[in-house]
Amino acid sequence: MSNSTQTTIEKVNATLERRYAKERRFRKMGIAAIAIGLLFVVLLFVSIISKGHSAFWQTHIKLDIEFSAELLDIGDRRDIETLSTANYAALTKASLKAIFPEVDQRKGRRMLYKMISIGAPYLLREMVINDPTLIGSHQTVWLPADDDIDMLVKEQTDRNLPESSRRLNDKVIGWVDQLMARGAVEKLFNTTFFTAGDSREPELAGIGGAITGSLYTLLVALLLAFPIGVATAIYLEEFAPTNRWTDMIEVNINNLAAVPSIVFGLLGLALFINLAGLPRSAPLVGGLVLTLMTLPTIIIASRAALKSVPPSIREAAMGIGASKMQTIFHHVLPLAMPGMLTGTIIGMAQALGETAPLLMIGMVAFVVDIPGGPLDPSTVLPVQIFLWADSPERAFLERTSAAIMVLLAFLIFMNLIAVLLRKRFEQQR
Amino acid sequence: MINKRTLLAVTLALAATSVTAASRDYISIVGSSTVYPFATVVAEAFGKSTKYKTPKIESTGSGGGLKLFCAGVGVEHPDITNASRRIKKSEVERCAKNGVKEIIEVKVGYDGIAIANSNAAPLFKLSRKDLYLALAKQVPGPDGKLIDNPYKTWNDVNPTLPNSKIEVLGPPPTSGTRDAFSDLVLGAGAKKFSDLKALRKAKGEEKVKALMIKLGIPASAYNKKGKKVFKAVAYAVREDGAYIEAGENDNLIVQKLVANPNALGVFGFSFLEQNGDKVQGSIIDGVAPAFESIADGSYPVSRPLFFYVKRAHVGKIPGIKGYLAEFTSNKAWGDEGYLTDKGLIPMPKQERSQFASDVKGLKPFTL
Repeated sequence: MSNSTQTTIEKVNATLERRYAKERRFRKMGIAAIAIGLLFVVLLFVSIISKGHSAFWQTHIKLDIEFSAELLDIGDRRDIETLSTANYAALTKASLKAIFPEVDQRKGRRMLYKMISIGAPYLLREMVINDPTLIGSHQTVWLPADDDIDMLVKEQTDRNLPESSRRLNDKVIGWVDQLMARGAVEKLFNTTFFTAGDSREPELAGIGGAITGSLYTLLVALLLAFPIGVATAIYLEEFAPTNRWTDMIEVNINNLAAVPSIVFGLLGLALFINLAGLPRSAPLVGGLVLTLMTLPTIIIASRAALKSVPPSIREAAMGIGASKMQTIFHHVLPLAMPGMLTGTIIGMAQALGETAPLLMIGMVAFVVDIPGGPLDPSTVLPVQIFLWADSPERAFLERTSAAIMVLLAFLIFMNLIAVLLRKRFEQQR
Repeated sequence: MINKRTLLAVTLALAATSVTAASRDYISIVGSSTVYPFATVVAEAFGKSTKYKTPKIESTGSGGGLKLFCAGVGVEHPDITNASRRIKKSEVERCAKNGVKEIIEVKVGYDGIAIANSNAAPLFKLSRKDLYLALAKQVPGPDGKLIDNPYKTWNDVNPTLPNSKIEVLGPPPTSGTRDAFSDLVLGAGAKKFSDLKALRKAKGEEKVKALMIKLGIPASAYNKKGKKVFKAVAYAVREDGAYIEAGENDNLIVQKLVANPNALGVFGFSFLEQNGDKVQGSIIDGVAPAFESIADGSYPVSRPLFFYVKRAHVGKIPGIKGYLAEFTSNKAWGDEGYLTDKGLIPMPKQERSQFASDVKGLKPFTL
């Protein structure tokens, strides 16, 4: 061996340092990529949570309400009909007048009465209808404040601006300060936000209706998409002969998974509403459209799960005399189930965040009443976010972010279930 | 087994409810996104104070709403459509063809369009002519012929305006606000030029073509209806970046104005009212956008809002009469009604009582 030729180990040693450096660079790039991804997630969460957290509390004002039959203008009648049409606004007005007796002009009084939410009389009505014996008694009641007051108390409007460019004038701010000094203003947990339907008054608006709508929609989608998707996957993977037809079906399923979701909305409009005559804005139709949308995802995931079951399982089952049906349902399917469930849950999570297809079938709508079934008009959570983001009232800004937080919580919860299910099935193996 | 049974039960329950869906117990409303914030408030008040269900309101845009509204009579079609412009003759004909013959028209009030900038910047005093010159794609040049818009700063347009770059954030062509802006600002500004004014009024092919030569408009722009030439010329907005289409979300425009004090924005008056601490409305032709100036008609950029009711549905769908009564009551659309809190500019008292009595008598309208 001459000096000019190197041994193999020398060759390796010469390039070793360079190759190590390459690997180190690659690792650093990977860490940088993850760091950038994490940074954006953190930014998103910080921005949404910092904007939205305050919406979970709502400013309330303590009022001493006298449930006087005279003010309610009901005399001695206590039947439901009379009680539900009585003048409850008079009660809050009288109470405010008692706190600020110096306000006597009509304009000043109007400003004073506006400090309490428009919805307060309905709350009082509910109290009285639930317990008519309240009439004639004095009660201390915490009532929601108007959204402008709420924004002031939460310091989201700047009180130092010139009076003309503020929503509230000095007088009203003075009254709020007086009430605060007496301890009659407090931020209480905003249960309305979770129980109520939509409203144009931010302090009365909630996501209860939208969550119910989302649940019905997803229920319909799950009941249809899971069995159809799994059945299709099993047939295509285990029974179907390989020929031009099944190839074509396979290609088309893969294509459908990439079709923009609005197209499914148009299809739903033509098929379910115009042809089948189902009602607009109903979760049933929404669920059907989302079924169409999630089916390809579920089929593809389920087929991949079936494919990953080792052939030895099938052969062993066949070898001890199981029929094809028995092989699949007793041995292959249980092993493929975690993958199928994961695919389904991810498909459902995708469906939960979808608005575009629902636009076409009328689910982007103002719905106050909480839907009682899959045929009542309703919206879904992402649509509610979209509608609030477009509202002029300042207080909807924080409610939009709060609704996004709830939606994200649901998505994380669903993904968590997917992970847990997979873990459990894997342990059983 | 239990699974199969519950599945069957659910399917049966669904089938059973779909039978009852043949009748509808809530009012279905579609239409303009500009009327939406007002209609929703009325619907909510109506739902809370009566035994009826709260109407369902979809925001589909004026044109989309009328299309759904005119599709026919029956529970699957909407009862009421909101519009930020008057119904067109072609739409009335389309309605009639589908059996929607008697329509009740209700004018709701007025909506102003604000041209605003950030509070941190100086207040603009604009005329409609200034806005036309700043935003049109083509403007009359020194020889009277139309040339591509040469203006870069507001100062170029009018020496009394600040020396800042022309930058206007506004709605896209699909929006009703844009339609009104084109009509009330660009069209009105263009009319300040005598040749363009003559073009708008010109009738007959010869007259229009003569004016088109005078203005230097290529003959290919001519089609059967002479008036469309004026619209094509005056309503075209420049595409060199001075006018930025900011989407339908007015909140977004307000946020962008705060971030960029040099820009002006075009949006509905209610957003100006809600964000008075962030943006200020420019003075147009000497009048500031304010509640009073829009109500008395002195602020030039305002438009009427309407809704249309299918008479055949009154009495069939429960609550329509009640909803109409709520909308046309003084506590809603009156001078101090709750709609004014949301930014609606009420009609004069006499006009209101006229519409209220027409609505009470369910008087169908004729164009």
